[in-house]
Amino acid sequence: MTLLEIKDLQTQFFTSAGTVKAVDGVSYTVEEGETVAVVGESGSGKSVTAMSIMRLIPWPPGKIVGGSINFDGKDLLALTDDEMRNIRGRDIGMIFQEPMTSLNPVLTIGMQLTEPMIAHLGMSEEAAMEKAKKLLGMVGISEPERRLAQYPHHLSGGMRQRVVIAMALACDPKLIIADEPTTALDVTIQAQILELMKNLTRELGVAMIIITHNLGVVARYADRVNVMYAGRIIESGVASDIYHRPRHPYTLALLKSVPRMDRQREAKLDPVDGQPPDLTKLDEGCSFRPRCRFAQDHCAKSFPALEEIAPGHTSACFEKENLDKEVKEVVG
Amino acid sequence: MSKYILKRVLLMIPTLVGAGILVFFLMRLIPGDVCELRFAGTGLYVDQEQIDICRKDLGIDRPMFVQFADFMFGFFTFDFGKSMWTGKPILEEIGLRFQLSLQVAIMATFVATVIAIPLGAISAIKQDTWLDYGVRAFSIAGIAIPSFWLGIMIILGLLIITQEMTGVPWMPPIEYKAIWVDPVHNISQLIWPAVATGYRYSAVATRMTRSALLEVLREDYIRTARAKGLVEKVVINRHALKNSMLPVVTIIGIEFAFLMGGLVVTEQVFNLNGLGKLFVESVTNHDYAMTQSLVMLVVLIFVVTNFFIDLAYAWLDPRIRYS
Repeated sequence: MTLLEIKDLQTQFFTSAGTVKAVDGVSYTVEEGETVAVVGESGSGKSVTAMSIMRLIPWPPGKIVGGSINFDGKDLLALTDDEMRNIRGRDIGMIFQEPMTSLNPVLTIGMQLTEPMIAHLGMSEEAAMEKAKKLLGMVGISEPERRLAQYPHHLSGGMRQRVVIAMALACDPKLIIADEPTTALDVTIQAQILELMKNLTRELGVAMIIITHNLGVVARYADRVNVMYAGRIIESGVASDIYHRPRHPYTLALLKSVPRMDRQREAKLDPVDGQPPDLTKLDEGCSFRPRCRFAQDHCAKSFPALEEIAPGHTSACFEKENLDKEVKEVVG
Repeated sequence: MSKYILKRVLLMIPTLVGAGILVFFLMRLIPGDVCELRFAGTGLYVDQEQIDICRKDLGIDRPMFVQFADFMFGFFTFDFGKSMWTGKPILEEIGLRFQLSLQVAIMATFVATVIAIPLGAISAIKQDTWLDYGVRAFSIAGIAIPSFWLGIMIILGLLIITQEMTGVPWMPPIEYKAIWVDPVHNISQLIWPAVATGYRYSAVATRMTRSALLEVLREDYIRTARAKGLVEKVVINRHALKNSMLPVVTIIGIEFAFLMGGLVVTEQVFNLNGLGKLFVESVTNHDYAMTQSLVMLVVLIFVVTNFFIDLAYAWLDPRIRYS
């Protein structure tokens, strides 16, 4: 059953330099219990999409100007502020990128962990503390009892991210949005945290949107993948399709930029050339065109629509048929 | 925690000694002394012998370092000696005024805090709205208006308003009575200087609260708190305010210490016999003993206030507590 359905979402930032179309007509769905990845460079609109779902876009300067977000039968954009607040932290939990700064330095772990339970589930402080202890155990933190009385600065980055995960899970949400949950962590810790998130979401049957710029993460942990570029989804499909049969030059370029342990002949990394476009100055053509090695004249005339090329696999590229040769080279 | 406190207390000693050195030698750099001023102040001829006797009496003919050692020893044993000008014991002279100045400072701090923190918070939360502009204009006015002028306006205002309302003009009492002797009399005298100075003082603290809170509101943990679905009131009160109080506490503390000795003109306007007035008198009279004691008192107040600020830091921020 579809848990979350985003349709034609448009979020813009009104700045002195012009209107930034951070999210420009994004649509995707998340089924119950499913893990969906949103991949893209910095500034591609992945985080803004997530914050739009939570309705936490700071106004001014940001605003959701169009589209709809249906979650569990409710239109989130039509809810009152109070109703929306009851969804945040209760039905949708969020995990942020920076564990070092996303916990309040002056409040105890226990206080921060029990807050959502007391606010949303009406639990007593003692009951919430009991549950907090269990949650900390669940995310693999030793001596949970002692940790509850400690402050964030007593914990390492990995531990803090575990606390943030516990916090997101506190009210048994239906959906968790993880915004680059491992970017700030050591590589070894990254794997542990991802493994933990995967196991917990499977066990508890929680759906998850995982936002990342790391395609390696996607391959192992996501069921489906949406690739974003300049505020739009330019390719989407199940993880294996994206990984083995990319149908957009940008996805292909991203794949080429991932270091691979199983390839010897490609000792050098191949980054995506050029810079992401200025989102205040987009024209009607394809936004990836200036960096695209397959670009033709017609790419400047209109933005290619997302078209289904195989069941469940869509791509927004006029030249998608011409990628085959290079795809073979990269994927083998 | 007790280690932290002990460290802070021990750190006070070098500060006090340093301040003692400064005031002692700076005072003596001013040409002339209390004896010359006493006898020749009006331009009359005085026998050098008489001045020498006076200097001997006061002990200021002794070598500098002996005098300095004497002064420091006296300070740390709470023996401040007598005023070189009036001859009265210094503790008695200061004691009278200290009580009054302390009360005005405490009341002004209270007034300032009660105004500053809510206004600063509102201003930050409603940033760039008319409410924010209003608060900022109010606080800029507070910085721009001298306290003594506001004091004069308050007295005039009181006279005019009471005249209009009751037909008889009312003025705050002039004679000081301790709060435990006559609380109504005491408060109705001291509340006006407290408001006049508290307003300016609140202006600085309001602006500090606003900017500190604005900074904290942009922090990641505030976003986390909102993502948890907490009510905005809880986000502000529990998550943001405590974090933004560090610079505000500093400002409030320093201003408090300043008020203890720096209200010269305001004391004049409200006809209060406080420390500020005594300060000016003792400096113009070259009353070394009194000036030194007063400076040391103010330094002590600064140091003690800073100690309390440090304690407040530790209470507000657990990271300081354990480091």
